Amino acid sequence: MNGSERVVPLRFDLSELVRRSVASLYSHLVTRPTGRALRIGIESQIAELGAICVSILDFTQVVVLDYSCADETVAKLLMRYQQPDRPAEAYFIARGVADRHRDALEAVLERHGLALAADVCDVGPVLLGTASPAEREAWAVLETLVRADAAGVAGALGASPREAGVVLDRLVERRLAVKQESSGVYYALSGLVAPAP
Amino acid sequence: MNLIEVPRELDERGFDTLVNALVASGGGRVLVDARRTRWLDPYGMLGLLAVGSVAGRSGERPLLQLPAAAEVQSYLDRMGFLDQAAEIYELHGALRRGRGARGLEKGSEVLLEITPVRSHADVHQVVDRVHERATVLLAGQLGYPRSEAMQFSVILSEVCQNIIEHAGADGWVAAQTYSKTRQLDRRVVRIAVMDVGMGFKASLASTHATRYGDRWSDATALEAAFIHGLTRFHDPGRGQGLQQIRRNVGRWGGKVSIRSGTARIADVPDYDDAPPLEENLPPFPGAQIFIELPARVAPAGTPAAAGSIQRRGGAR
Repeated sequence: MNGSERVVPLRFDLSELVRRSVASLYSHLVTRPTGRALRIGIESQIAELGAICVSILDFTQVVVLDYSCADETVAKLLMRYQQPDRPAEAYFIARGVADRHRDALEAVLERHGLALAADVCDVGPVLLGTASPAEREAWAVLETLVRADAAGVAGALGASPREAGVVLDRLVERRLAVKQESSGVYYALSGLVAPAP
Repeated sequence: MNLIEVPRELDERGFDTLVNALVASGGGRVLVDARRTRWLDPYGMLGLLAVGSVAGRSGERPLLQLPAAAEVQSYLDRMGFLDQAAEIYELHGALRRGRGARGLEKGSEVLLEITPVRSHADVHQVVDRVHERATVLLAGQLGYPRSEAMQFSVILSEVCQNIIEHAGADGWVAAQTYSKTRQLDRRVVRIAVMDVGMGFKASLASTHATRYGDRWSDATALEAAFIHGLTRFHDPGRGQGLQQIRRNVGRWGGKVSIRSGTARIADVPDYDDAPPLEENLPPFPGAQIFIELPARVAPAGTPAAAGSIQRRGGAR
C-alpha cells in the first residue's frame, strides 16, 4: 500500500450472508455448495468496493460450521487473495470464533498451509492455522503494537531489524499484516478495522 | 422366489448375513422374511432398505414380511422405516399403525428418523432437525462438553455429504440412542449412513487405481480414503471430512466403520472385538457407514476425560 491509499474495513456476518447468498433459509454453514455461494457473495462485495479492504469474517452467529463449508469459504478465499493475480487487494480476519468453529477452521487452514488472524471468544487475538514460531511471535508483537516499523518489532522480539523485517514481510506476503511501502510501517490487521462491538 | 431370513437381532454384524443370503439367491424375486426379528438398530434398518434396493435391480419388486411383534412394527413406524420400505418392497404382514406397544424403545431414544439423502439440501435439513436435540443429548446424557457435542452435527453433515459427493446414488441416514449395547454397559449413540451407489473402489479408480496396480481392490480403496484421506478430486481440500470424523470419534472413544464392496475398514475401540480390516466379504454395492459414540467414562474421583477409553490402534 502506498501513502495515499486508505484501507476500508468490510464486515461479513456469515450467518446473515448465508441466508442472502443461498436460495434457501439455511441457518448453518454446512456443505460445499453453501460455502461456494458464501465465497462468491464475499468476492462480489469486495470487487464492488474497489479499494484495499480488510474483510471481517464474523462467525458470531454461526452455530454449525463443517469442514466442507469452511474449506470452500475460508480456505479458498484466502488462497485466491494470496495469489499474485488476485482480483483485489483484500485481507481477512475472523471475528466471533468460538470453540465450536475452531476444529473446522484449523483443519482446513492446516490442510492448505494457510493462516488466519482471528479474534477468538474468551481468548483474544490468535493466529489460526499454519505459521512458523517466528511468524507467530512477530504477528503477536505487531498485534500488541498495532503499527510499527521493523526496528520497533525487532526490539520486542530480541532480533535485529533486518531479521524482523524478513519475518514481517513474510506476514505481509501471507496477507496477515499490511505494509505501507513509503514509510516502512507495518500494520496489524485488527488495528485497521473498528473494534468488535 | 428366493427366501432371505432376517436374523432375530439385526445390526452391523447381522448385515453380512443378509448380504450372504442375497448373493446366494443368485437373482430373481426375493422374499425378505423378518417375522422373527425382534430388534433392529439404524444400521439394521438401513441394511434392510439397501438389500431391498439391490434385490429390486433384478426387475422384480422384492417382498418384505414385516416383524410379527407389534412393538417392533411400532418402532419401525416411528423411525420412518415403513414409509421408506414401502417405496422399495411389497410389504406384507403390516399391523394397523399405532397399535403397537412401545416396549422396544425403553431406554432408547430416536435421534434422527430414517431420512433420505439425495441432495445437499437434505444435508441442511438433517442438520437443522437434529442439531439442538443432539447437542442436548450428547452433553446431557453422554457427558460430552457442549462445544464437542456440537461437533455431532458436523459429523452428520460430512458423512451425509459423502453419499452425495461419491456414491452417484441416493442414500439414507438414521441415528438412535441406547442405554447400553451388547458390547458396552453405557449409553451410546448409533448413526448409520448407507447408499447402494458406486462404492469407494469405483469412486477412486480413475485417480488412484493405476498407482496401486494389481493391489487395487475394495480394501485398498477403503484404506486410501479412510487412512490417507484420498478422494477422486484433485482439490487438496477434499477428503478432510472422513479424517475429521475419525478424529472426533476417536477422541470420544467411539467406533467408525465403512463397508464397501467386499471389504470393511474400521477404527475399533477397546470394547469392540471387530477386526480393523475385513476382506473377502460377500459383495454389496455402495458404502455402509456405522458410527457409535459412547458416553464418557468418569473415573472415580476424577473429572471425566474425553477419549479416556483405550483404543486398540484403529485400522492398520
